[in-house]
Amino acid sequence: MPKRTDIHKILIIGSGPIIISQACEFDYSGAQAVKALKEEGYEVVLINSNPATIMTDPELADATYIEPITPEMVIKVIEKERPDAILPTLGGQTALNTAIKVAETGALEKYGVELLAANIDVIKKAEGREEFRAAMQAIGLKVPESAIVHTLEAAMAAADTIGFPIIIRPSFTLGGTGGGVAYNRQELEDFCRSGLDLSMTTEIMLERSLLGWKEFELEVMRDRNDNVVIICSIENMDAMGVHTGDSITVAPAQTLTDREYQEMRDAAIAIIREIGVETGGSNVQFAVNPADGELMVIEMNPRVSRSSALASKATGFPIAKIAAKLAVGYTLDEIKNDITRETYASFEPTIDYCVVKIPRWTFEKFPQADDVLTTAMKSVGETMAIGRTFKEAFQKGMRSLETGRFGFGGDGRDRLDHLDSEDLEQGLRVPNSRRVAHIYEAMKRGFTPDRIYALTHIDPWFLHNLRQIVDTEGRIRERGFQGLDRDFLRTCKQQGFSDRQLAWLTGTSSDDVRGLRRQLGVLPVYKLVDTCAAEFESYTPYYYSTYEEENEATRSDRRKIVILGGGPNRIGQGIEFDYCCVHAAFALREIGVESIMINSNPETVSTDYDTSDKLYFEPLTREDVLNIIELEQPEGVIVQFGGQTPLNLAVPLEKAGVKIIGTQPDAIDRAEDRKRFQKFLQKLGLRQPDNDTVTTLDEALAAANRIGYPVVVRPSYVLGGRDMRIVYTDQGIRDFMAAIGIATLEHPILIDKFLKDAIEVDVDALCDGRRTIIGGIMEHVEEAGIHSGDSACVLPPHTLSPQLIEEIKQATRAMAEELGVIGLMNVQYAVQNKVLYILEVNPRASRTVPFVSKATGVPLAKLATKVMMGASLDDLGLMTEVEISHWAVKEAVFPFDRFPNVDTLLGPEMKSTGEVMGIDDNLGLAIAKAHLAAGGRLPQSGNVFISVRDSDKPAILAIARSLDEMGYMICATTGTAAFLKDNGIACEHVNKISQGRPHILDRIQDGEISWIVNTSLGKRTTEDSYSIRRAALDFHIAYTTTVTGAAAVVTAMQEMKRKAIGVQPVQYFTRSLQ
Amino acid sequence: MKALIALEDGRIFEGTSFTGPGEAIGEVVFNTSMSGYQEVLTDPSYTGQIVTMSYPLIGNYGVNPEDMESAAVHPKAFLIKEYHATPSNHRSRATLAEFLQQHGVLGVEGFDTRALVKHLRTRGAMKGVVSTVDLDPASLVQRAKDSTGLIGQDMVKIVTCREPYGWADGRPVPGTDFTTAQPGIDQPLKVVAYDFGIKYNQLRILTELGCRVQVVPATTAAATVLAMNPDGIFLSNGPGDPEGIQGVVENVRALLGKKPIFGICLGHQILGLAYGGSTYKLKFGHRGGNQPVMDLTTGHVEITSQNHGFCVDMNSLDKEEVELTHINLNDNSVEGMRHRRHPAFSVQYHPEYAPGPHDARYLFERFIAMMRK
Repeated sequence: MPKRTDIHKILIIGSGPIIISQACEFDYSGAQAVKALKEEGYEVVLINSNPATIMTDPELADATYIEPITPEMVIKVIEKERPDAILPTLGGQTALNTAIKVAETGALEKYGVELLAANIDVIKKAEGREEFRAAMQAIGLKVPESAIVHTLEAAMAAADTIGFPIIIRPSFTLGGTGGGVAYNRQELEDFCRSGLDLSMTTEIMLERSLLGWKEFELEVMRDRNDNVVIICSIENMDAMGVHTGDSITVAPAQTLTDREYQEMRDAAIAIIREIGVETGGSNVQFAVNPADGELMVIEMNPRVSRSSALASKATGFPIAKIAAKLAVGYTLDEIKNDITRETYASFEPTIDYCVVKIPRWTFEKFPQADDVLTTAMKSVGETMAIGRTFKEAFQKGMRSLETGRFGFGGDGRDRLDHLDSEDLEQGLRVPNSRRVAHIYEAMKRGFTPDRIYALTHIDPWFLHNLRQIVDTEGRIRERGFQGLDRDFLRTCKQQGFSDRQLAWLTGTSSDDVRGLRRQLGVLPVYKLVDTCAAEFESYTPYYYSTYEEENEATRSDRRKIVILGGGPNRIGQGIEFDYCCVHAAFALREIGVESIMINSNPETVSTDYDTSDKLYFEPLTREDVLNIIELEQPEGVIVQFGGQTPLNLAVPLEKAGVKIIGTQPDAIDRAEDRKRFQKFLQKLGLRQPDNDTVTTLDEALAAANRIGYPVVVRPSYVLGGRDMRIVYTDQGIRDFMAAIGIATLEHPILIDKFLKDAIEVDVDALCDGRRTIIGGIMEHVEEAGIHSGDSACVLPPHTLSPQLIEEIKQATRAMAEELGVIGLMNVQYAVQNKVLYILEVNPRASRTVPFVSKATGVPLAKLATKVMMGASLDDLGLMTEVEISHWAVKEAVFPFDRFPNVDTLLGPEMKSTGEVMGIDDNLGLAIAKAHLAAGGRLPQSGNVFISVRDSDKPAILAIARSLDEMGYMICATTGTAAFLKDNGIACEHVNKISQGRPHILDRIQDGEISWIVNTSLGKRTTEDSYSIRRAALDFHIAYTTTVTGAAAVVTAMQEMKRKAIGVQPVQYFTRSLQ
Repeated sequence: MKALIALEDGRIFEGTSFTGPGEAIGEVVFNTSMSGYQEVLTDPSYTGQIVTMSYPLIGNYGVNPEDMESAAVHPKAFLIKEYHATPSNHRSRATLAEFLQQHGVLGVEGFDTRALVKHLRTRGAMKGVVSTVDLDPASLVQRAKDSTGLIGQDMVKIVTCREPYGWADGRPVPGTDFTTAQPGIDQPLKVVAYDFGIKYNQLRILTELGCRVQVVPATTAAATVLAMNPDGIFLSNGPGDPEGIQGVVENVRALLGKKPIFGICLGHQILGLAYGGSTYKLKFGHRGGNQPVMDLTTGHVEITSQNHGFCVDMNSLDKEEVELTHINLNDNSVEGMRHRRHPAFSVQYHPEYAPGPHDARYLFERFIAMMRK
């Protein structure tokens, strides 16, 4: 069937900010869909609040609404654009849930809009537990014994028939938020409370626990002609009980016979038909009893998913792109397979390698969180590795994680030899983020695979493979460096051993191993990911390395540049950097230079084979990158776009003779090295906060007292604000030093004067070595001391004077030119009492580059790439800086709801996973949009609870007064209440928790509070007010933890009362600039 | 133990035997199924061939008694990337190495099987020798060149049954004239199945669908078959060059129009020859479980299990007599046909799967319906 001609304009709903369980995989799928539909001649309208996405690039869709993804806003977009159809299956659970809510308002009928790919009944049948159960029973498939309940009492009653352990799954939530495994009635009660709260439908399912069963996933696609194909099978290494997003997963399935696999395939096909997904991709999860092969259906997602992105990267089959084409009427046999060019999409990819995905967690950011993996996803990113054997892929995956590991052990890192056997067994029994390290330790201690299986339920097949790696490690040690002959070295490499492991195991350096390998001719070859296991010729240059005979990657005779990507997402390094890498590839394409992307993150647009001219899906380590560079002989390498990962490689690569294009590594060092940086600023006559570098407690105390409290302390070797603290007293210094452990000369402690109540400013600039263009100046909403990645910010600055802005511009230009920046630079300033301080200079792409680019319409990363390739700003026509007349506000999004027991207070350590943008001609509305897009609420009336530290009291007055004027009721605890009353603001007194009931928590639980403003500083008050903040989070009440943040919210509330919030495409704002 | 794989065009691969010493000569072909190595190994259609799997990790789930497609292992050697000696599956009863050793078949691992697949894709399936005994590349290449190969050979006579048999309880039971019944299943239909190298799953499915099956040797005379008065005649898959088979096509031709006929794979090619057509050899064949086939009568696409090196030449057939019903969407080759006057239809692929997708199982039901008419 050809494409539909009865529809012309299609609205795609994106997935919004990056959160745990919904990351850049939806930018990958959304961007593919937008391109695919445009290709077919449809007019595409997009709504997505996330400015760091490729899909929101203004040139992609015809109209791009960077607006909150709420039903109200989507309806406004529908009213304005009048699309014929909505495609809701590419923006994750957010898009699906929003589409349901929009449909429920009747807006679709009202405006004659059709839902493509899956209608409301289908979505409900797939996602409503009861409906799904009934559907599965109708087609003779088994689902675990379960009960659907809507109240706690019903849950407790149902438990008696189901029996413990019981899995709790709330309906209609993201990534299983609020779910868990309960082993007793108390735990069940706890889980049910939070689960009922989190479910959109106040519905949870209690389910027979299949702990220890094997878990599988199939990616299914269906077209309107009822052709169904399976794109990929995935086997979870971690057994049931660990969320699939937190499991190490392997493609294809490894331990199923064909008979069992086909039974699963039949089931998946029957399910997509029974649920009624008309077109597109779905993901079906199964559990298999290892004892007898009994098959159970766990769930199905009637949309593209994290797993479908993984499956696309694992097979080369672009599920989202094909799903978009199927949605507009094509059938699978009408769509060409891009990779083979001759065959069609109506086939099932077959692969001749093994793919391993390993999640990346950031428990270190949330010390109060339990490092336990359950059915609620907690990882923030993932890495994928491809090898010809599981062992090779697994070890490549381990070193792709960038957790300082170079494989499965054998690298001297992260040993758990201090654990006693009870703790070791516990660490195996209870899944956690360091499970692999526990397995390694157990194997080193001689645990058999059977024993480890009994503890972990990880299928023995995987354990035997891991065991072989440990055995080989033993043989490497025995042989030593002299014993590394050609055959043995090849064997080691085929099992994925890195040069670093081999060096550590033989007491040599990785250069020694590299030298030996080259001498013996043990070099990697590159194989194609081609969807067909070499059965057909393929044309898409998507490669992975392995140690085999035949190399399939050929060097072209074109000019070429290697772009190093960012690796797995983590807090502090996410989609923003991938966005920059993708733009680098686009820019190179525009100037006719071959782009070669290296990255290991399967979620991203950068690892779409369409993005660059060549894609190497490889770990971002010196060894792996150098191997590719030796083969490709590029003109240069771009390291400044992918965040810290490639930047860390700059110096090692340069030492190895690789040309880094753009800003030179020495300039990076000059900005990063404390001493050199100080001299640099002195030379330019610029000021930084008083600071010192110390190595002992005594030195630390002396320095802190000299500088004067408060001070910011942090270890020098970590980035992203890890372990950074603001300290007010000598005792604080002692606590910090004790917590950090002994600092060495190599890793000293940095102490900076903390600029209290300063305004922080972020600047992104572009320099060609001679001239500098300021891309954007962003004023933070939160005061200095909150990590810049966690702060909301406003572009252009809303309170800074023109003189100060000019001073900032001049300082930025001076620094860029002095450093010799060629490309992008980011500076963080603080303004205290009108004095400008330089906090940090990063001569590279920053997290805010996409935000600035979207706000101003200037594609900074693309332009920077061209500058790095030799163009001057004049050549690019960049004569003046863009001054915008609208407002763009960035707001951060946090994962606190994933981590029970974690405080929501912001600090110098970054905790946010993503960001949103609010853009409007009116500042208050831009703030309101950012706030709404970040999932915040802006109550229109009700009680505002205010509890602030003494130093914030003067500042809170204006806020309280405005609230009072707007008709909000104010309530406060003793101190704040007295202060407000003294200043003539009416306010109700509420008990602190210690003052007896009913206290503030009761009020929160009873739903009487609609907004909480709570600031605190210092450990004691922090703990006192912790339960208030946590209750606010758990009961979904708007809360703000800084006075400046509260002021911004008040501004937004005022504007919203004055003026109705409207929607405008980003093209409207940027068009006016041109 | 070191093993060399030598192709007739001089390409050499070096691997390691995981089954001990051995040597094999045959046509080297590749299969792209990611699962189902046991079914592949026991499929008689691979007689005379050396099979390599494109999926690199083999042996993962061992072997079991239920997944046998015949009583023997038919490829002469089995070539894989990495052998897994510690299988994990509740049905596993032995390792792959034990199984191959038991059947005297050489297994070689540890070489670039993707390079071999690519070589066969570009140069075509070719003759080869695998050996742990003779490690002289020149000698091996010469022996590969000198070997007879499959073209024009009658491989069916090697694998067809010597005596007729029936099917019950999941295994062959000696017997003639439909004396074997499957307890617990009503078997109203009688089917004579010509064994050209039949896969057990064809018998399993026919039995499940209510057929009492009488398997007969490949050269059983048409008169003998008709004397049994079956409701339908089934032509099985089998190995080798259809045009090399002796004493079969004429019998099938004699049966045309007498009884409903359903042919699979070699059975389909034999029908093509019986209709008066010819066959040709594909460059490297179709072997795997992901081949898309379109049913031209419905426009529906099914994902099929395939294993064939030869193909019916549609141009050699009279379009008035024979209708093309199925085509391969990858290369548009003939995948199914139907006689316009006689109740006979056939497919080139394997609706009995094992290994592979179950999408085409409906064809057996179509055969049942044809017999019921």
